[in-house]
Amino acid sequence: MAWILDDSRPIYLQIVDLIKTEIIAGVYRPGDKLPSVRDLAMEASVNPNTMQKALTELERSGLVYTQRTNGRFITEDIAKMTEIKEQLAREQIQNFLKAMEQLGFTKEEIKKLLQTELREEL
Amino acid sequence: MEQLLTCQNLTKRYGYKTALDSINLNVERGRIIGLLGPNGSGKTTLIKLINGLLSPTSGYLAINGSAPGPETKKVVSYLPERTYFSSWMKVSDMLDFFCDFYVDFDRNRAVEMLHRLNIDETHRLGTMSKGTKEKVQLIMVMSRNADLYCLDEPIGGVDPAARDYILQTIITNYNENASVLISTHLISDIENILDDVIFIQDGHIRLHASVDEIREQEGKSVDALFREVFKC
Repeated sequence: MAWILDDSRPIYLQIVDLIKTEIIAGVYRPGDKLPSVRDLAMEASVNPNTMQKALTELERSGLVYTQRTNGRFITEDIAKMTEIKEQLAREQIQNFLKAMEQLGFTKEEIKKLLQTELREEL
Repeated sequence: MEQLLTCQNLTKRYGYKTALDSINLNVERGRIIGLLGPNGSGKTTLIKLINGLLSPTSGYLAINGSAPGPETKKVVSYLPERTYFSSWMKVSDMLDFFCDFYVDFDRNRAVEMLHRLNIDETHRLGTMSKGTKEKVQLIMVMSRNADLYCLDEPIGGVDPAARDYILQTIITNYNENASVLISTHLISDIENILDDVIFIQDGHIRLHASVDEIREQEGKSVDALFREVFKC
């Protein structure tokens, strides 16, 4: 994966989002084993402590679980995945709405524009 | 476990010039720390004090609870700003040197890393490019199983690809009981591998914080914060 990190947010949070997206997009399948902290840290060119922190955060969200001594695995809880997928979708939509509002569009106008756009795609 | 590095009211003067002014500092194990500051701020002085190459004018510093000396040199691995190897030396001579001087030197690890870079043991230091020389020296220093690695400007003067290699070498070779202190002003290049940063200015510590804290509280990178704090 391309580990593109920006300057504004803590690195571990950005890594959490990147791995989340990979899980949701199906790059990692339910039950897959994640590479070790060290290997992931190497791949992303970050400090192992940072990667550790990101994985702990992913565990807290329930997307990843640890099997003692065996390593970390992707959850097999499909409901959990759907929930997080929807949560990510909502974030994207909110970002979009905020950007549109900054451009001065009203909710009605946004709706109309979206409908036109979607119709054209079909 | 005791602090890896402790400085108490540490002061170093060169004649009338105060290079470090009564600094207090603690460094834990398992961290990669950026020692950041403009030229002449006291970075190299601090590193030289840690390595016993300078002695404090006043104050106290300890590594694993002991003042710099033969015992602490066993556990501190130092990459100086300028090389102390002669240009006639071959890579194999350097390996022999390190084996003789440091019991914690892992020759196999060094040889393996040199091999991966296609650096022949019969090559002489004088025939190498600046970048290769820096890589070879870093490999030597990181092949020790030390407690504290002090790297003085390890990425100055090498190209971006060599920089990436050097950073990879640092993060793969230290263990969780050791810490790495990296002095540099190329902040954006090393920011992603740092746990903590120490900003040093005119011999004073301006800031000692984790990179995450800085990004969370300031909403900007360490590099951006540095430019703000040290604006000329």
